[in-house]
Amino acid sequence: MTTLRTSRSGRAGQYLALLCYLVFLAFPFLWLISTAFKPPRELGSLHPTWIPKDPTLENFRQAFDEQPLLQAAGNSLIAALSAALIAVVIATPMAYVMARNRGKLSTAATGWVVISQAFPFVLVIIPLFLILKNLHLINSLFGLIMVYVVWSLPFALWMLVGYVRAVPRELEEAASVDGAGRVRTLVSVTAPLLAPGIVATALFAFITAWNEFFFALVLLKTPEKQTLPVVLTHFLGAEGVADLGPLAAAAFLATIPSLVIFAIIQKRITGGMLAGAVKA
Amino acid sequence: MRVRMLTAVAAALTLLLTGCSDGGTDPGGKVKLRFQSLAWQQESVDANKELVEEWNASHPGIQVQYVQGSWDSVHDQLLTSFEGGEAPDIIHDASDDLADFAYGGYLADLSGLLPERLTSDIPRQSWETATFDKGIYGVPFLQEPRVLIANKKILDSSGVRVPTAEKPWSWEEFRQITKTLTEKMGDGKYGVAWPLKEPVSVTLNLGLSAGGQLFHRGDDGKVTIRFTDGDGVVPGTVHAQVNSDKSASRTTLGMGGSDTLPGLFGGKYAMVPLGFSYRQQIVQQAPKGFEWTVLPAPAGPGGPAQGVSPQTLSVAEDSPYKKEAAQFIGFMLQPGNMVRLAKGDWMLPTGTQALADPSLHTEKDGWATGAALARDLRSAPAQSVRGYPEWKDKVATPALQEYYSGAIDAAELEKRLVEDGNLVLARYQR
Repeated sequence: MTTLRTSRSGRAGQYLALLCYLVFLAFPFLWLISTAFKPPRELGSLHPTWIPKDPTLENFRQAFDEQPLLQAAGNSLIAALSAALIAVVIATPMAYVMARNRGKLSTAATGWVVISQAFPFVLVIIPLFLILKNLHLINSLFGLIMVYVVWSLPFALWMLVGYVRAVPRELEEAASVDGAGRVRTLVSVTAPLLAPGIVATALFAFITAWNEFFFALVLLKTPEKQTLPVVLTHFLGAEGVADLGPLAAAAFLATIPSLVIFAIIQKRITGGMLAGAVKA
Repeated sequence: MRVRMLTAVAAALTLLLTGCSDGGTDPGGKVKLRFQSLAWQQESVDANKELVEEWNASHPGIQVQYVQGSWDSVHDQLLTSFEGGEAPDIIHDASDDLADFAYGGYLADLSGLLPERLTSDIPRQSWETATFDKGIYGVPFLQEPRVLIANKKILDSSGVRVPTAEKPWSWEEFRQITKTLTEKMGDGKYGVAWPLKEPVSVTLNLGLSAGGQLFHRGDDGKVTIRFTDGDGVVPGTVHAQVNSDKSASRTTLGMGGSDTLPGLFGGKYAMVPLGFSYRQQIVQQAPKGFEWTVLPAPAGPGGPAQGVSPQTLSVAEDSPYKKEAAQFIGFMLQPGNMVRLAKGDWMLPTGTQALADPSLHTEKDGWATGAALARDLRSAPAQSVRGYPEWKDKVATPALQEYYSGAIDAAELEKRLVEDGNLVLARYQR
């Protein structure tokens, strides 16, 4: 009985902690939504409210009028989806090799992956800019995608190595004993178990590219090529002054694709994880 | 089936490659210029785009493409573009950002390229903001003084003398008046709120009115920092208002200008020192019935002088079409156009003809007060000092923030600004 009571109070505490964490996470996003629907006079109120007293769509109209948001969102989507796809296609076989063949080369490669994450953007941007210029890939979404792939590859690799190691080698050996060839084993046994990891890695690469600002700012010159994060800064003036209503409206819209993709993929990750757990 | 899928993927990648690549040269052989503008308020963006369209319509051989930049990231973005040889031909920036680019050889010297009408129309003190080593590296065209935005009802009901551009408050009078206002307003309310998230430029630029200069250039051309009595007036006033008089809100010291507006509208603060262009936000955001007025910033014995860093138009050194770019700048900054740009940005034009435009002298929204201050605007003290950005970030910002909050005294502030500051500057002047 005591154990049950302790368990109940403990569980209540856990739910409370979870609730606090959710509130903490949700606060900026909910405030963003609230701001996006407020008229300018409510933005300047000394006593701001969660629910706009006089909600308006004017900020959205103004945001679309002032900046090419749809075009920028399209560019961001192309860049982020392509980067995620290419990064995963490249990283998956590399990760498999690194995870299954532990040796000095694998250790060195892992070390390099970790170190490469420490390079700040500003350190690489000028050489990168010059290389892309020589390749005539400045002001090109393809050039930007290449940069995003290279930039997200080390971490994608790092993530996938972990997922591959989590797949028991014995399963592959059992498939081999059953007569499956190398390719068949990889496709029919390893790949399904690895699917949630691949999806999670792709999601990471997508979000990294979707949110990335500095490379896009520097590499894309013409308005029709610019991505969403770059266009969002056009609502900012000197010394931190902002056109707050349209900025909030545009930022809110910018979060939607990530949320939708995450919502779709989340089910896949969870499902895949459970499937993996049963097989293991 | 697999072959078909592979072909489709290959085709998609090819399309991506070709479709996303930069278009390159103009098939018609016209001169193509890229103009990167930092305009961000809708009226200002509209004015810039309209002027570009007008130019393109009247100059078919020289076509200008409008490119939107942003104030937030312009320095890093330009630096990378300069290094990579991909900078826009015509560059919109602020004069305090130009020194490193000018000394670095990234900007074209515009001497001799600009029309006489423009060079003679802009006053000498404005040209000084964009002149480095006798070369002109930008055309200063918009500027804004710092003014006091005041709650008119509180001010009128307090019975204090209302300053004018001709007879502004002295710094001592300003301090006394904020004390009076605070006493009359009651608990939790303040005569003034200083938004000092970025305290350096405010302190230096307003310091000119009290005779402060801080940066002194010797005969050898080297700059050293000296702290005189004049340099202590503005920081001393703010420090006293926050820490001993309690007439300035402590909580706003870490805020940006926009953050203080709700308090101004709500009657928590009687006055807020802000840039002239903040009037646009006040017009947009102030609640109905809120009465506000624009007052000149306090002045010292030498008059209401103030440092400013005007917005500028420059030409990239790498641009093959410097003459054409300068022609475009000449067009953009014709007096009538300068007025359109100024009104779009809620700022003041530097050109004397534009500044004389009657629409910039109306009482409404404080235009007349700002226009009257224009003659006393000077080049910001640190305008052409190499190493200023590092001094500002590493030495002056933390020192001033600590002083204003009461964590250090005036002697420590002076020591840090001068001793640490001169060490920083010395590295840039070897």
